Amino acid sequence: MIEIGLGHYLSLSAIIFAIGIIGVFLNRKNVIIILMSIELMLLAVNINLVSFSIFLQDLTGQVFTMFILTVAAAEAAVGLAIIVIYFKNKGSINVEQISSLKG
Amino acid sequence: MLTHSLFFYFFSTITVFSALMVTISKNTVNSVFFLILVFITVSILFIMIGAEFLGMIMLIVYVGAVAVLFLFVVMMLNVTEQIKKTTTRKGFFNNISVGLFVGILIFLELLVVIGGWKYKSTFSLLSKNNLISNLSNTEALGNILYTNYIHLFQIAGIILLVAMIGAITLTFSKRENVKRQNYFDQIERDKSSAVSLVEVESGKGVNLDD
Repeated sequence: MIEIGLGHYLSLSAIIFAIGIIGVFLNRKNVIIILMSIELMLLAVNINLVSFSIFLQDLTGQVFTMFILTVAAAEAAVGLAIIVIYFKNKGSINVEQISSLKG
Repeated sequence: MLTHSLFFYFFSTITVFSALMVTISKNTVNSVFFLILVFITVSILFIMIGAEFLGMIMLIVYVGAVAVLFLFVVMMLNVTEQIKKTTTRKGFFNNISVGLFVGILIFLELLVVIGGWKYKSTFSLLSKNNLISNLSNTEALGNILYTNYIHLFQIAGIILLVAMIGAITLTFSKRENVKRQNYFDQIERDKSSAVSLVEVESGKGVNLDD
């Protein structure tokens, strides 16, 4: 309990990942909060990779974390651009009303 | 060791609390601020565990770029009024039950995986990128990033370029009534289309509208 090991960091990342998933399902109103929940899940994956990298004394995990950071930034930029253009066209980003594809 | 664990519990409690607040907060601006808090505390955890470079990069990329982008979009779109106007509670609890079920199931699966970590086989010797003790974190990371992973690094740059072009072309809109430069007209213009010689009769002047 006192000694902080790999399990503590993995548990933290598992909690954050679960919160991200629940956030995607919970927020049926706001697309931006869904995007933020996706960012939380990517962050949980980053914590996993970094803690394994430190505790296994292996730098590969940190290299991959950098690539995940890149992809997360690109995803946020494109997702927010899509949201902005959708808002400009339809005047609303309510998830319940985004049903043009009848999904 | 005691201080390290105290700091870990302190920061991880803040992280979990603010991650919860991101999802359940009513105001979108508040949830963006809690997202920034999550990023800052996680980067502190990274620095504590010994990955200083990634912690600082997390601060720069996430807090400095991504979260500010979120904040900018939230404030520009005025989401809160939109949602107050159009919210319907139909099917809300249905979604909550399914979401909680899936989320808790995935959490339990992850806990099973973490518990099973104890019974791992010995594979920690498989890798070539061992941490070298006499190099700093940044130096070691740069050493292998620019040698073994140079192609992935360049592909990451191309991904960023494509995302930038995509975001610009998505949000770019042509406006009416705005005079723009036409580069091709400018370049094609030469002496024959621009200058003409006019015979001026004395006492009459030149009519410029010709």
